[in-house]
Amino acid sequence: MTKEAIIRVNDLTIGYGDYVLLHDANFQVNKGDIFIIMGGSGCGKSSMLRVLTGLLPPKKGNVIINGTDITQASPAELQKIREQSGILYQSGALFSSMTLAENIMLPLQQYSDYSPSTIKELAHLKLALVGLNGFDDFYPSEISGGMKKRAGLARALALDPDIVYFDEPSAGLDPISSRNLDDLIIELNRSLGTTIVVVTHELASLFAIGTNSIFLDANTKTILAQGNPKELLKNPPNKEVYQFLTRGETK
Amino acid sequence: MKTIDTLTNMSIQITTEKDTLHISVNGDIVNFDTQTTLKKIQKSITKQIKKIIFINNNLQKWDSSLLLLAFETICLAKDKKISYSIDSMPKNLQELITLAFAVNRKPSHKTSDQKDFLEEVGFKTLSITSKIKTVCKYIGEILSSIGRWLTANSVMRKIDFLSALDDCGPKAIGIVSLISFLVGLILAFVGAVQLQMFGAQIYVASLVTIGMCRIMGAIMVGIIIAGRTGSAYAATIGTMQVNEELDALQTMGLSRIDFLVLPRLLSLLIAMPILTILADFMGMIGGAFVGVFMMNLPYQEYWKYALDAFSLKNFLVGIFHGFCFGFIIALCGCYCGLTCGRNADSVGVATTRSVVNAIVWMIVVTGIITVICQELGI
Ligand SMILES: Nc1ncnc2c1ncn2[C@@H]1O[C@H](COP(=O)(O)OP(=O)(O)OP(=O)(O)O)[C@@H](O)[C@H]1O
Ligand SMILES: [Mg+2]
Repeated sequence: MTKEAIIRVNDLTIGYGDYVLLHDANFQVNKGDIFIIMGGSGCGKSSMLRVLTGLLPPKKGNVIINGTDITQASPAELQKIREQSGILYQSGALFSSMTLAENIMLPLQQYSDYSPSTIKELAHLKLALVGLNGFDDFYPSEISGGMKKRAGLARALALDPDIVYFDEPSAGLDPISSRNLDDLIIELNRSLGTTIVVVTHELASLFAIGTNSIFLDANTKTILAQGNPKELLKNPPNKEVYQFLTRGETK
Repeated sequence: MKTIDTLTNMSIQITTEKDTLHISVNGDIVNFDTQTTLKKIQKSITKQIKKIIFINNNLQKWDSSLLLLAFETICLAKDKKISYSIDSMPKNLQELITLAFAVNRKPSHKTSDQKDFLEEVGFKTLSITSKIKTVCKYIGEILSSIGRWLTANSVMRKIDFLSALDDCGPKAIGIVSLISFLVGLILAFVGAVQLQMFGAQIYVASLVTIGMCRIMGAIMVGIIIAGRTGSAYAATIGTMQVNEELDALQTMGLSRIDFLVLPRLLSLLIAMPILTILADFMGMIGGAFVGVFMMNLPYQEYWKYALDAFSLKNFLVGIFHGFCFGFIIALCGCYCGLTCGRNADSVGVATTRSVVNAIVWMIVVTGIITVICQELGI
């Protein structure tokens, strides 16, 4: 079965200033994948996400999303891609001066043609979908960290995006909430066919949800392995990947 | 050679035996300063030394200072390619040493390379030109955002504008009134002392009126608003940067300028001239307070002189100052917030910078306006 690529990354080099984090990376994310970006602390996972979402210009190479190269796209094209993607930030990144409902209504007001009352109902529905039924009028400062994450997810889902990016979704969550978030991710992927890109180093989570992955390595500054995390555990291509996936056991 | 550091019951002896350096430790090695001992060790490592051995001579308690000594000595040994042995030291100390050397991956990008003078000048020049470029780009973005607003294409939310206006308008009335009343009072006092010498104390009324209306009212409002509102802009927007809210805005494709800067800028442009008028008025009352109650000038006469000195030209120049200051404060506050780093520390830096920059630029602009008015004869 050949799959259609939704994100294609060619010869990508990323870094800050003179400092290179990762060079000549090539990989692709297929439509409908739950794609994991893993690797040790400081290897550049968050930076990779910033490049994929167009926040950090790469030093070299292309990132092609839905057929458009975001490194060379015009503002209008970039806008279109942004409407098609949702991002859940590590801390939720809700706008603190707005209620949860207003946070979710914001992208809808900008990019959809719904009437104001429909937008309000949609925001309510999205909140209910992530288990925050009735929290419409709460401010971000009035809810817990886990709830903020879920509200952030509701906002990321507001425009029914094709791709949703997550930066360490389970960081700071208790095991049950983290599990619930994983279930939510799988549900999203199954019922809406959303492609999902997740940065994580929580093993339980990445084995439970991942259908494909890349492993970044800070020493060689390259991608050390690609593939389904479960397959990688069965046939580890090298020592680093094996140690990472088994919490540091030596072969 | 033999050196002994003796303090209560701790001692470290450094002895040389042919090509071997012995460092023997005994007693409690806690809380001691390693640097002098380390210097002695460094001195003792002569050309013929080929091996360094740590000897456990009834070591009792120890803490990080011994660990540090061992660590630095081993670093020295590694540097000079001398072999070393810590086999006789306590097991856990050995393990800690192994741990400290386990990962030898130094960040390659944080090099504090020494630049020579010319290089320094070059870098500074480049950084200044790039800074000028970003500031110009920022101002350009703001102008185009104002253009979008005028053509009703802006994503600015009305509610943001209203809350910003409420914050820098009604809520600032109290402090602005108080400060400008006091400034008027001070002006009158200082003037009175001089004018009394000529028996011309009635001209205090003219002095206060002209001083407040032409410039002092606007400057006082500018300084107050830079401190209470401009800094708040920098802190709010800087915190949004730390919380990734600015990233979220950008990836949602919403203009940060439309969304964050425009409501704040517009509200200050409206509030500042009005606050300036208030300050002028309160300053004149402050002057009258001194004139009437302290110098016993007749009330009616004071106001007559005050109104005679009042000129629409001065009044409008003052309001124009207020308008320009509003622009500067909003620009500096928002710019410092938008360029803030990603940690709590940089929010503090951004806040300070916003106030300092705003005040400096206000004074510079005052100078420019004064010269222009002079040339035009206003
Ligand atoms: N704005 C920046 N400027 C310069 N260097 C940066 C910047 N942001 C990150 N780095 C550097 O890039 C490297 C990778 O950072 P990144 O946040 O991408 O790591 P990560 O893989 O997400 O780590 P973690 O798992 O701890 O979140 C770090 O070594 C860091 O020092
Ligand atoms: Mg990270």
